[in-house]
Amino acid sequence: MSIIKVENLSRRFGAVTAVNDVSFEVDEGVIFGFLGPNGAGKTTTINILCTLLSPTSGRASISGHDCSKDPAEVRRSIGIVFQDTTLDKDLTAYENLMFHAYLYGMKRADMKKLIHDALYFAGLFERRNDLVKKFSGGMKRRLEVARGLLHRPKVLFLDEPTLGLDPQSRANLWEFIVKLPRKHNVTVFMTTHYMEEAEVCDRIAIIDNGEIVTMGTPDELKKTMGGDVVYLKTTDNKKAARDIAKLFNLSVSEKDNELYFTTSRGDACIPEIIKATGDTVLSVRLQRPTLNDVFLKMTGKEIRDSDVSSDDTIKETVRAYRRRFGRS
Amino acid sequence: MVEANVVYVLVAREFKKFVREKSRLVSTLARPVIWLFLVGGGMSRFVSPGAGINYMQFMFPGILGMTILFSSIFSSISIIWDKEFGLMKEILVAPVSRFSIVIGKALSGTLISVIQVAIILMLFPFLGIKLSFPAILNTIAVAVLLAFCISSLGIVIASFYESFESFSVIMNFIVMPMFFLSGAMYPVNKLPAILKVASKLNPLTYGVDALKHAIFGSGELVDFSIFTDLGVLVVSSLVFVTAAGFLFERKK
Ligand SMILES: Nc1ncnc2c1ncn2[C@@H]1O[C@H](COP(=O)(O)OP(=O)(O)O)[C@@H](O)[C@H]1O
Ligand SMILES: [Mg+2]
Repeated sequence: MSIIKVENLSRRFGAVTAVNDVSFEVDEGVIFGFLGPNGAGKTTTINILCTLLSPTSGRASISGHDCSKDPAEVRRSIGIVFQDTTLDKDLTAYENLMFHAYLYGMKRADMKKLIHDALYFAGLFERRNDLVKKFSGGMKRRLEVARGLLHRPKVLFLDEPTLGLDPQSRANLWEFIVKLPRKHNVTVFMTTHYMEEAEVCDRIAIIDNGEIVTMGTPDELKKTMGGDVVYLKTTDNKKAARDIAKLFNLSVSEKDNELYFTTSRGDACIPEIIKATGDTVLSVRLQRPTLNDVFLKMTGKEIRDSDVSSDDTIKETVRAYRRRFGRS
Repeated sequence: MVEANVVYVLVAREFKKFVREKSRLVSTLARPVIWLFLVGGGMSRFVSPGAGINYMQFMFPGILGMTILFSSIFSSISIIWDKEFGLMKEILVAPVSRFSIVIGKALSGTLISVIQVAIILMLFPFLGIKLSFPAILNTIAVAVLLAFCISSLGIVIASFYESFESFSVIMNFIVMPMFFLSGAMYPVNKLPAILKVASKLNPLTYGVDALKHAIFGSGELVDFSIFTDLGVLVVSSLVFVTAAGFLFERKK
């Protein structure tokens, strides 16, 4: 059953069309990924879904509640981790969660336990009384995810959750995110511009210039690339090429002393290759198309990391400056 | 509809940060003290306001008004800060009425202001002013109303700005003129006609006048009746709070 429904959604900012006639549905309990370069319209879509922005046209609903007409119900059903942190850096981790608990009208009796659970879940229990400004990027992100889940939302939005984190923290955060649907009974809607991260999603929509160019499971999308490439080295390439061509009824090419061919079922054919070519095999490797290849094919361009950046570092500097000179 | 949990947590947050930031407390308290003793003390040698008081004493209600003006406006325009650094989004996506947010913010500013004004008020014996206990309570009561009014105005101002770059614009073109046109430094009825009109549109004028009522009694130093003062403050508070609620509700 789909929990998020988006129909012909568009949003313009003056002359810029940030989101252009986008439609999709997200099933309950999945991790749905919005994959696209900077300026594709990912954040705008999230802002409409979470009721901060109204659409120019089209409809969006969560759990059957229209995001424009029934924002209060939608707000109750969702949790969000925005692209730029929205923690209060002058409060402690515990106080930030407490603030959230009160905003969501949680019962006093439950608060303390739920907040403690959230702190454990984020691995921050020992640091609960430290000011958030002392936290690393990864710690802040985990705290924000835990905060977003505190009121037990049906849908959790994560906008570029790993942006600005080092590879180690990114890996840790991923481990944490993939467990969410089962552990918290929540549907995850996330955006990213990291191809390898999108791999863990159950379904992906690739978005570019405000339009969805393709949608499907990572495997489905990669299958549209025409299959896997198998590379193999043998002691007698000529004979091996003939045998394989006959076995699978396809053409085998050779490059740099290595045979290669394209097949839709790369993993399944490896045992057969080894059987057919016997002792002559030296090495076999399988190269599957990546989402990067899919993106390249669908949009004619590559996503580069440098395209996307977080405002956080700049703001941090401004804030430090103002704290010293500005505000009394 | 105002949700008590929302109002409570917004006020608690502001209070916690206020207590934690000792330097902010010191510097906001330093300003009125410096004005009182350096400006007031200096001017006392040249100016005699009459009514049997010296200039420093004359300035005292105005300085209380100044304390409220600055701390209420600062507290409210920290909303711009919250917008810039994201916390406002966390508040806006929560299932809470916009009106509760406005009331919570207005009461935050009120609380912070009243704490500060109460501290400054305790300087009265050093100025040679005699205040009875009821007079102190009246002064605090006026301060609460004025602080709520100015804090609400601050929220209206804050809702027009997305970034703190406009801070000096707000200070130079709104806060400072409000201060000088409030009767804090000199009686407004001696101003040229156009400035007199401006001062009558300034809610702080009525706040300072009400503070004069509370501190000096309703003698020759006041410009309006206490009912006019309180009436204007109540009505303008309602107008500002309502306006702020609408401005918050407005979606982009
Ligand atoms: N508030 C806004 N005002 C004007 N243009 C905007 C605004 N928000 C986003 N845009 C524009 O809309 C497009 C999509 O932005 P965004 O949704 O932030 O992309 P993404 O999150 O995929 O990087 C961009 O061209 C951006 O400049
Ligand atoms: Mg974005």
